[in-house]
Amino acid sequence: MRRVSKDGRLLDRPCCRPSRRAHPSPSAQERAPQDEVRNSSRSQLKIEKRSRMTLWLTLAVNSIAFGGLLFLLSAGFSLIFGLMRIPNLMHGSFFMLGAYFGVTLMLPAVGANFWVAALASAVAMAIIGAGVERLLLRRLAGQELAQVLLTLGLSFIVSDLCLMIWTGDPWQPLAPAELRGVVRAGGIVFPLYRLAVVVIAVAVAAALWLLVDWTRLGAMIRAGVDDAPIARVVGIRVSRLFTLVFALGAALAAFAGVVGAPILSVYPGLDADMLPLALIVVILGGTGSLLGALVGSFLIGFLYNFGQARFPDLAYVILFLPMLLVLVLRPQGLFGKGGS
Amino acid sequence: MKFDRRRFIEAAGAGLSASALPSLVRAQSGPIRLGLMTVKTGPLASGGIDMERALVQYLKERNYTMGGRKVDLFVGDSGGVPAQARTKIQELVERDKIHVMIGPLDTASALAADDYIRQAQLLTLSVAAAEDMTQRKPNPWFTRGTSTSSQSAQPLADYCYKTLKHQRMVTIADDIAYGHEMCAGFQRVFEDSGGKIVQKLFSPLTVPDYGTYIAQLKTNVDGIFLGFAGSNGFRYFRQFNEYGLKGKVNVVGGMTAFDEAVLRNMGDEALGIITTCWYSAEIENAINKKFAANFRVDWNYDPGFYAAATYVEAAVLEATLNAIKGNIEDKQAFMKAVRGIKVDTARGPVSFDRYGNVVGSVYIRKVERKEGRLVNRVIHTYPNVSQFWTYEEKEFLANPVYARDYPPARYLE
Amino acid sequence: MTRVTAPNAAFALALLGLSTVPLWVGNSYYVDVASQILLFAVFALALNVLVGYGGLVSLGHAGLFAVSGYTAGLMLQAGFGHAAAIAGAVLVTLLASAVFAVLALRSTGIGFLMITLALGQILWGIAYRWADLTNGDNGVSISARPAPFGISLSGAPSFYYATLVVFLFALAAMAAFERSPFGASLRGTRDQARRMTALGYNVWLIRFLAFLFSGFWCSVAGLLYLYNKQFISPQVSALQASAEVLLMVISGGAATLLGPIAGAAVVVIMKYVVSAYVVRWNLVLGVIFVAIISFMPEGLVPGSVRIWGFARRRWRALRPARKSASGAPP
Repeated sequence: MRRVSKDGRLLDRPCCRPSRRAHPSPSAQERAPQDEVRNSSRSQLKIEKRSRMTLWLTLAVNSIAFGGLLFLLSAGFSLIFGLMRIPNLMHGSFFMLGAYFGVTLMLPAVGANFWVAALASAVAMAIIGAGVERLLLRRLAGQELAQVLLTLGLSFIVSDLCLMIWTGDPWQPLAPAELRGVVRAGGIVFPLYRLAVVVIAVAVAAALWLLVDWTRLGAMIRAGVDDAPIARVVGIRVSRLFTLVFALGAALAAFAGVVGAPILSVYPGLDADMLPLALIVVILGGTGSLLGALVGSFLIGFLYNFGQARFPDLAYVILFLPMLLVLVLRPQGLFGKGGS
Repeated sequence: MKFDRRRFIEAAGAGLSASALPSLVRAQSGPIRLGLMTVKTGPLASGGIDMERALVQYLKERNYTMGGRKVDLFVGDSGGVPAQARTKIQELVERDKIHVMIGPLDTASALAADDYIRQAQLLTLSVAAAEDMTQRKPNPWFTRGTSTSSQSAQPLADYCYKTLKHQRMVTIADDIAYGHEMCAGFQRVFEDSGGKIVQKLFSPLTVPDYGTYIAQLKTNVDGIFLGFAGSNGFRYFRQFNEYGLKGKVNVVGGMTAFDEAVLRNMGDEALGIITTCWYSAEIENAINKKFAANFRVDWNYDPGFYAAATYVEAAVLEATLNAIKGNIEDKQAFMKAVRGIKVDTARGPVSFDRYGNVVGSVYIRKVERKEGRLVNRVIHTYPNVSQFWTYEEKEFLANPVYARDYPPARYLE
Repeated sequence: MTRVTAPNAAFALALLGLSTVPLWVGNSYYVDVASQILLFAVFALALNVLVGYGGLVSLGHAGLFAVSGYTAGLMLQAGFGHAAAIAGAVLVTLLASAVFAVLALRSTGIGFLMITLALGQILWGIAYRWADLTNGDNGVSISARPAPFGISLSGAPSFYYATLVVFLFALAAMAAFERSPFGASLRGTRDQARRMTALGYNVWLIRFLAFLFSGFWCSVAGLLYLYNKQFISPQVSALQASAEVLLMVISGGAATLLGPIAGAAVVVIMKYVVSAYVVRWNLVLGVIFVAIISFMPEGLVPGSVRIWGFARRRWRALRPARKSASGAPP
């Protein structure tokens, strides 16, 4: 019972954080005889342990799933940053705009299939990205800082446009029919679609790796990342490469946006929520390195999920601190090449 | 891009007359300048736009006349940023010279503008739920016709324990004052009735992924109470279902978790959810039938919390104006009248306690399908609910304000 | 005796205009807007020290601004007096600036940008999520403005004058800084860091001290903000806020004295005045930003000066042809 002093004030002091330790209520303890107490507390511990296992397992699978989504988001960013040396602050905008576009295509009025919508959205954003690069960024060739600021200004424009067109309500499409439902394993229940996202991420990673390591285009990109001026000397049309890579980055972001929409939904402010995560992943993993983006994504997926669960107050600090440390101690990131 | 010509002309006229020195005493036959402080951009925009639509509907029905005088409406947009809300309220008061304000929408904006409202002696009919503004730090110019954060949650807790026979529950809400206060009220009544809240979760207001919070959820409970605002209830519930939890744990919602505005975007998965609110589009009284029907004709969806809020506040405003014979310049008389008024509104009969907070009916609703669309059907009514529930006013106020950790949660596992 | 030149006359006129704002701006709301223009001008001038004169673009300065406002706000809530709160805010912000500087100066260019961005985001994360400390989304509100020398600042005109005084101090400090040897050496590190090192200057130390100088005036601006609105919430430290002040500096004209002031005026007027008439003012702001970066990258003030100079030269080139009688070859 709550203890109240004579003049009506409360005597209990508020407790701090809801703790995960069991607080069996005093009355239950007092009433049960000795044996039952021992058994009930033992089985309580077992339930405790199992539920904690379930929690960790679910969080771990969640982290991997989120990491997959982050990779899709960050791969494009990494390429752009690596090749063009500009952190594209519009990347979140492409993610959000692509997601809105894809969701619109999935409306009953248009009725496109989920995958068709995702690809169509990617193509649309590629065109827009190419346009932005060719018409605006190229005017500022060589002035990296100005280019960064330009992408920042464009992100303001895009976010307001999205609000104008799609209003303030969140849009959340259902996952494609064949991927709905849950998976039950190891005592946990997990949405099938999130696991599918991991598979998609790995597939895209493989495709990108093939592109970068095994094709001529990829070789040109790698040359540009390593040393753009010399690449020009050798005859590689680096400016055209820039446009291509920017478009590719935008397409990847849009694809990620549509794929992520059933999980995250699409809402105003999504760009501002996702851009910092892409930033962290790429800085951590190393600009221009796809392996770095992959490793970084899963790392951040874990930090994000476990951080939110264990240290909700410091959730963002936990995310940005590694980025900061990497920037200060090893600016090229875990797998990056050379200094920025 | 919208260029609001009407606003421009009005404001230009107001600006010109405002710069005339000395300021003229307004004749009683001049129009009443009504300000609406809402949110039209940003995540809270859908509720804010509803607020404007319902208020305009009310004014149109009465030909923009209340208490025998014309009414001029000025709309301010805070973008959901509390500091900007405060500046916009300042703009409405100092530049547009409003007599009375309906709004603001969100609790944080009300708290940010609290001292300005006192300083400017701005008559305020609030939509926002900030509790202490009508409790321990009562603002003499502030009145609220909707609900405090916990006013609608407390009856739901009673319903959960007594009717639904839930013994163990979990609460989850946005990590803002509104969410804290709502869960605290729910917890207090639920535990005082005999139940146990075994887990309290708070998620940030904008979080892309609720996966972490669903992972931490204890599933060996009877029900989960959702104290979300805006469309977070909808987003959380979607993910909740994806993890296969629907049917395992009963879902009950607070007054903004499954509002009519988000319900229209949901499907059959929402059927059967029980929520509480001081309003439902399905309330059977003459005023509401007309209001909801007309709103539906105009905008093609049912009015919810936000639309009803301004419609009810406008009714309160009109009744008060009638009581003081339209003399809104007499602020003291206005505040005295509003605290003594009894009005029949779309939400049913309302009156006000001595702190300016409403005393009215709270409805327990269930989501059902009617005429092909999802509605919140009223399954139970708690009449004459005050912000103190069944607790004695002095004892209630002697306790600290409802917060994240007050009342202390004793049964957490 | 200073000569009566066009710039001097313009300056005197501007000063006269600024000091009499409450008289000719009829509405107290607009006087308040004027106060906000001045306080954001101080913020923009502070950032300009690093961006314009130091060549170090920071996307985290809103964090320093917020640190100052929050420190003062929390101290006032805890019961400290205004003097203590102000002193505390300045000290804590200087400390934060030192930390920022030590970490960010490991790099320049894009690296510096990213580090300051990360630091700004960390501070935002603390303001937003560590609700036990900062009250999270609900913000910190204070009950009263200070009353220096017994003069109450609760009215808009009196607060405006106080802000004007602070602004003039800041402007004088900036002008002194620009003309000083220290300012020159900072510009040197911006233009030719390696040569400065070769000449024996400690480039890192110069930049570090500039960062502290910038941080000091950020804290002043943060205090003015807190006292103006009597409220502070996490949005002031968000990336958007850092971007806005950077926009003020760059759109107005980095490395000039008047540029940041003009930029601040543009952004504040857009936000608080134009927003009443144009719903999508954020979009317009973005368009302005993009246009300036693309077509007038040196900023509004230098760009306007350039165009003005260009126009004058064209005008002068036309005049002799008009003066002479017909028949003279052009």
